[in-house]
Amino acid sequence: MYRSLATATLLVATCNVTFAQDTQSFDRIERGRYLSVLGDCAACHTAPGGQPFAGGLALQTPFGKLVAPNITPDRETGIGNMTDQEFIAALHEGRGMNGKRLYPAMPYPAYTKMSEEDVLALRAYFATVLPVSNRVIANQLPFPFNIRQAMMFWNTVNFTPGRYRPDPQKSAEWNRGAYIVEGAAHCGTCHTPKTILGGDKNDEALAGAALQGWFAPNITTDSHRGIGAWSKDDLIEYLKTGTNNWTLASGPMAEAVTHSTSRMTDEDISAIATYLKDSGERDSTRKPDPVVAEDNVMRAGAAIYKDSCAACHTDSGTGEVHLFPRLAGSPLVQSGDPTTLVRMVLLGGRAGSTASMPTAPAMPAFDWRLNNAQIAAVLTYVRNSWGNAASAVSSVAVANQRDTGTRR
Amino acid sequence: MPRKLPPKDVVIIGLGWTGSILGYELAKAGLDVVAIERGPWRDTATDFPPGYSQDELRYAVRLDLFLRPDQETLTFRNNMNQTALPIRNFVSFLPGNGVGGAGVHWNGQTWRFLPTDFRLRTHLEQRYGKDALPADMTIQDWPLSYDEIEPFYDRFEKLCGTSGKAGNIKGVKQSGGNPFEGWRSSEYPTPPLKQGLGATLFAEAARKTGHTPFPQPASNMSEAYTNPLGMKLGQCTYCGFCERFGCGNYSKASPQTCVLPALLRFPNFTAQTESEVTRINLDSTGKRATGVTYVDTSGEEWEQPANIVLVCAYALFNVRLMLLSGIGKPYDAQTGQGVVGRNYAYQTTSSVAVILKDKILNPFIATGAHGMIVDDYNGDNFDHAGLGFVGGGYMGMGQTNGRPISTRPVPSGTPKWGARWKKATSETYNRAMSLSTHASSYSYKDCYLDLDPSYRDRLGRPLMRMTFDFHENELKMSAFLTERLAEIAKALDPVELTKNPRKGPYTLNAYQTTHNTGGTVMGGDPANSVLNRYCQSWDVHNVFIPGGASVFPQNHGYNPTDTVGALAYWTADAIKDRYLRNPGPLM
Repeated sequence: MYRSLATATLLVATCNVTFAQDTQSFDRIERGRYLSVLGDCAACHTAPGGQPFAGGLALQTPFGKLVAPNITPDRETGIGNMTDQEFIAALHEGRGMNGKRLYPAMPYPAYTKMSEEDVLALRAYFATVLPVSNRVIANQLPFPFNIRQAMMFWNTVNFTPGRYRPDPQKSAEWNRGAYIVEGAAHCGTCHTPKTILGGDKNDEALAGAALQGWFAPNITTDSHRGIGAWSKDDLIEYLKTGTNNWTLASGPMAEAVTHSTSRMTDEDISAIATYLKDSGERDSTRKPDPVVAEDNVMRAGAAIYKDSCAACHTDSGTGEVHLFPRLAGSPLVQSGDPTTLVRMVLLGGRAGSTASMPTAPAMPAFDWRLNNAQIAAVLTYVRNSWGNAASAVSSVAVANQRDTGTRR
Repeated sequence: MPRKLPPKDVVIIGLGWTGSILGYELAKAGLDVVAIERGPWRDTATDFPPGYSQDELRYAVRLDLFLRPDQETLTFRNNMNQTALPIRNFVSFLPGNGVGGAGVHWNGQTWRFLPTDFRLRTHLEQRYGKDALPADMTIQDWPLSYDEIEPFYDRFEKLCGTSGKAGNIKGVKQSGGNPFEGWRSSEYPTPPLKQGLGATLFAEAARKTGHTPFPQPASNMSEAYTNPLGMKLGQCTYCGFCERFGCGNYSKASPQTCVLPALLRFPNFTAQTESEVTRINLDSTGKRATGVTYVDTSGEEWEQPANIVLVCAYALFNVRLMLLSGIGKPYDAQTGQGVVGRNYAYQTTSSVAVILKDKILNPFIATGAHGMIVDDYNGDNFDHAGLGFVGGGYMGMGQTNGRPISTRPVPSGTPKWGARWKKATSETYNRAMSLSTHASSYSYKDCYLDLDPSYRDRLGRPLMRMTFDFHENELKMSAFLTERLAEIAKALDPVELTKNPRKGPYTLNAYQTTHNTGGTVMGGDPANSVLNRYCQSWDVHNVFIPGGASVFPQNHGYNPTDTVGALAYWTADAIKDRYLRNPGPLM
């Protein structure tokens, strides 16, 4: 795709005018297709089992339901009538056709960083996909959130429009990684904590956030809760295959790996890893003291672990590489928010399948077998054994998730 | 009228080991493949998660994963003078049901046949003379040699991550392995399993009595393993829930753990479950198949046209489907003419039960193909001159499980129930071992499969009839093997030793093995085989039976799965490298 890092930088930093004018150029459409992979557009705009990009996947936001629209070139129900300027405005400014305000479930606060020629390449690609007639009612939010004009206020507080500006102090690869992470791949949409209004807490970028019944983990270089202990190769392997020596992707990240990161070029994956490994030391969270092993909850948890978990995750919490996630030293296991852990024990989950790692092993559900106190105990044990240290999980937290948890 | 579906390049009947392997190989080659499976979809984490997969009552006693006779059964009789009656409970053998087939519920024993097994009749007649074989014994040479199948054994074992210790690598004997085995191109993919105390004591006794024990080749993982398809298996936990169970720990090789997730990544592969193929359709010449007809659970009939039909069901049901579809001439035991249904064979097993003095054997620390084995009395590894029989088997101490409901050894004379029985089981459980022999079952003129004249299934099709009994050759062999095993067992200094040689007549009411073989035999001559050496029908060139045990000309002294898997790869290569280039008879 990108022959060299130099070319990559060129594509980020400059605007090739003649190139941009030929909307039928294969190179440009192919570049747009690849950008749709980087942006994982299909994740929202293709419904499960539906036609590509014909919309229809309902997104449960904290404010209500939004349905991703049809972005095929169908003139009636898709974006066939959209002008290039309107397409650019949608991605760069969050304004849809006829100036209609978009909701930031469409991650324009990230896409605003994409270069104009990349946005136009994406536009050229979407003009080539099969037009599908499928009318989508996108805005299904309750009052008052259904008033699109409210987004004008939201944007003034939470949205800074503007293209990505390369950091001349950093390498071309680092800048390429930053451009992808902050722009097209919109990693922060899930991984950055949100304000009460749903805007990014920019000073805590990528420090982990809860959404849709999962906790998108901290992917900063924090050595305790983040991925500070992962090598660059660990990160590359994870994005390429969905698994590495530490863990396996599951839930929404398994989908992101399957549909997006595993299909990225090796150069881009390496660039992402370079950027994530070098985006500021952030050991802001002090490692807490572990809950002591003699604690009654810990002893109960140890017994449950032996019975129900150790066969796969092993007595020492090491798991098995590429098959059973390692619990000892795992940042996700020790994260401040145990949402994903509780969910995994209650409902189970399945890793993603990729070409080189097709197994897609799964964790079974234990909701029918372990009660809230038992799940709280075994998770408290897992979070405070083999060198791990994190707050105890309460049975109330388990109970809340059991009641509200979405089924697989 | 069945509803006609769009045509496919390949239709696979049954999605077990052979169906999965052929599906993978042919989808990878770019063909449009559909697999039609009678039973349900089965997936490790959904259908046998470790949270409840070790449920002895559900799976081992109530047989949750197995075929129910109301889905399909067969009639049985011991000889041609009897009237066969339907099997209403499967006990002696247990056909599987659903995706993965027998590959889900097997123990994991992964044996190769001996080089001499592949030229059995020629070898025995050369060594012992033509008169040494009973007149009604219909054994024959395989249409391929051990040297030809060796690379395909190797491929299947690498698919499974089989654990073991080679005894012969490229002709060089290796200490610690089976000194009698055929040459291997490489060492086993994973090292041998750890052995329990029972197997360790047996191995000592075997050495003391002049034998050469070695660890049983096992497709239960001794360590984590990644196979050539990228599939990852985890280390076995020795929980002892293999046979009759799905493995919840990704530790036992199965289509689920070794093939299916990789296969499902191909967009040109589809699996159609809970749909039973009722016949293979032929064109007006009868020389070419046009596809299959199947019925779904609502009773609706569908026609699936295809250019290649692969018959990958369980051995017995491969035979029935060929009979129902009119492919190949049915075997007539009166005249010896015809081939479909001919040379049905089984397995001849026996045991020696011992109770030791003070040992704590912890038999629950077990896995499907655990154990130490001696192979001195298998095949023609020993001189049969003057013994009055041919054939043989392996013997040893294999601790497949110590499950609480069915593992209830007691000294002889113990009441069958009540307080004394309970006390005896608790005193004996940790000191008892069952040693076993696992031996050949050669084929005979009067052991065969045909369509039953009276009984029909729920769709109105005739049931298949099994006519089978152990012959004197096999019973003498079993007595001989059981005596040899008892001699080793005596070196364990047991307080009690009970010999259980196989005795006739064959009965259906005790589990023996699910190693039903023959009926669609492969061979070099259309007069005595259904398939040529590429597992291709002699009569209908686009029908293959790629390696199910129904292609075995007779059954040898080893478990069938390794040979089944090797023949699946052998046939896949023949289709890819020969048949696709020039569709037609390959011989």
